[in-house]
Amino acid sequence: MEYKLTAKMFAEALKENRLLGLKCNRCGAYTVPPKKVCLECASEDLEVVELSGWGQIQTFTVIQVPPEGFEAPYIVGMAELDEGPWLMGNIVGVDPDEATMDLIGKRVKLGHKIHPGDKFSAGEMVAVTFSPQT
Amino acid sequence: MSRRARKLGRGVALVGAGMSKFGAFPDKTSRDLFADAFTAMTRSVDKGMDTEDIEALYVGNFSSDLFEGQGHIAPIMADWVGLVPKPATRLEDACASGGVAIREGVIAIASGLYDVVLVGGTEKMTNLPTERVTDTLAAASDTVYEGACGFTFPGLYAAMATAYMARHGASVEHFMKVGIKNHNNGSLNPKAQFNKSIRDLMNSRIEKAKQKGEPVPEWSDELDFLKDPKANPVVAWPMRLFDCSPITDGAACVLLVAEDIAKNFSNDPLYIVGTGQGSDHALHERDDLTSIAAARIAAQQAYEMAGVQPEDIQIAEVHDCFTIAELVAIEDLGFFKHGEGYKATEQGLTARDGSKPINTSGGLKSKGHPVGASGVGQAVEIWHQMRGEAGPRQVPGKDIRLALTHNVGATGGTCVVHIYQRR
Ligand SMILES: [Zn+2]
Repeated sequence: MEYKLTAKMFAEALKENRLLGLKCNRCGAYTVPPKKVCLECASEDLEVVELSGWGQIQTFTVIQVPPEGFEAPYIVGMAELDEGPWLMGNIVGVDPDEATMDLIGKRVKLGHKIHPGDKFSAGEMVAVTFSPQT
Repeated sequence: MSRRARKLGRGVALVGAGMSKFGAFPDKTSRDLFADAFTAMTRSVDKGMDTEDIEALYVGNFSSDLFEGQGHIAPIMADWVGLVPKPATRLEDACASGGVAIREGVIAIASGLYDVVLVGGTEKMTNLPTERVTDTLAAASDTVYEGACGFTFPGLYAAMATAYMARHGASVEHFMKVGIKNHNNGSLNPKAQFNKSIRDLMNSRIEKAKQKGEPVPEWSDELDFLKDPKANPVVAWPMRLFDCSPITDGAACVLLVAEDIAKNFSNDPLYIVGTGQGSDHALHERDDLTSIAAARIAAQQAYEMAGVQPEDIQIAEVHDCFTIAELVAIEDLGFFKHGEGYKATEQGLTARDGSKPINTSGGLKSKGHPVGASGVGQAVEIWHQMRGEAGPRQVPGKDIRLALTHNVGATGGTCVVHIYQRR
């Protein structure tokens, strides 16, 4: 059984601000980021679809002590996509020092950011970004 | 899905338990710490033991490879305490490695393969600078999708904390109260890394400022101290330094034997009557960020096997790698309703003299968190408390017959729960 959508294909599309995911032909759930089986029912009967890229912030944190290669402070969070699944990414366009609980529930549009990668990753990494819409 | 109730093939007893001091020890490697824990364990066996009796070793360790540049540590630990050529196996499930090692030891005895098994855990973390430790711990999350956006390990728990506040109306003060409680317990534990209460720490900072002739901070109480960003800086909002368990060197060991020979070793053995373990998706794929499904599953398995209910458990050591984690744990284990853990903590119910004492050892927060050893360290505290040997931190006025340990790997990708009985 081959992968329908690999991490590499997901990242390449994300670089064009296109969010690819897997729709389950058995239960209808979306699996994003992709994996071999449906997140909800573990079925392998999946098809590649493009999602809207819109969602709503569910939680966040402001990182003050970063890992190697990142510069603090920055905001990471999770959004519930309009199609259902949750996705994690960097919340951008908001001053990390001004971030408050008001962020929760904000409507966001998906984008991307390229990170040069570390010694364990095979080259660059592509991160999801969320821009709150006013 | 049909599921049969799981039972052990035969009973398993705990007849000895000991730990090294937890802390930062520049002069000690993981094998030295392991040997310290082994020695402490052998001294705790009432009727004595012979190393020759031990048939196999299971050792929990997260990342000696990255922390010390040393892989394949199980045979080294076996060699260090004189077990070669007995089988020696390392278990890795991030911060749950120690608890999983106990479970594998239990399964090995219950299967009938062995009668006497040594279970240990060891981790040497302080060789690396904090930034590299942060990276190494982050390796236990999903490095492909969580790593790209710079999520750290404290950051993932902070995201759970934010969700908990939004859902239940808790505040950062409620997290701080978990830390204050656990430091109060740890101040009475001579093996703890920080055996000081938050008030002691606060007072010693004031004393230091006076001695140096610096402006003396005017903190009115512990909460005031913890809210001061200079004394307690943010690591990943809303988690501050004192919400995070420290970077720790340490090891712990327990001796497990078949139930029918327990009295050959111990006058007062403990019996492992429930064991459970579960796994879960990465954090962004969870249905609920304020609960850990693997913990609920592991607890349910352990309660079913033991034939007991959450209210029957008299004390518990739970995985408080961050203060939010303890609140989630005491709810997932069924001690308190979902969303009520913070209120119970505020009311003192989880304090040493409360109705449900949690983390009498000081927890990972105050005792220290040498990740692969922590799960075994929890069993060491249960051993002391159930046998009435916990000294000044002994839970008052309780004849403890049932106790529980809860050990989580990373953000809940693994959770293992054990229930101990004293007969
Ligand atoms: Zn499905």
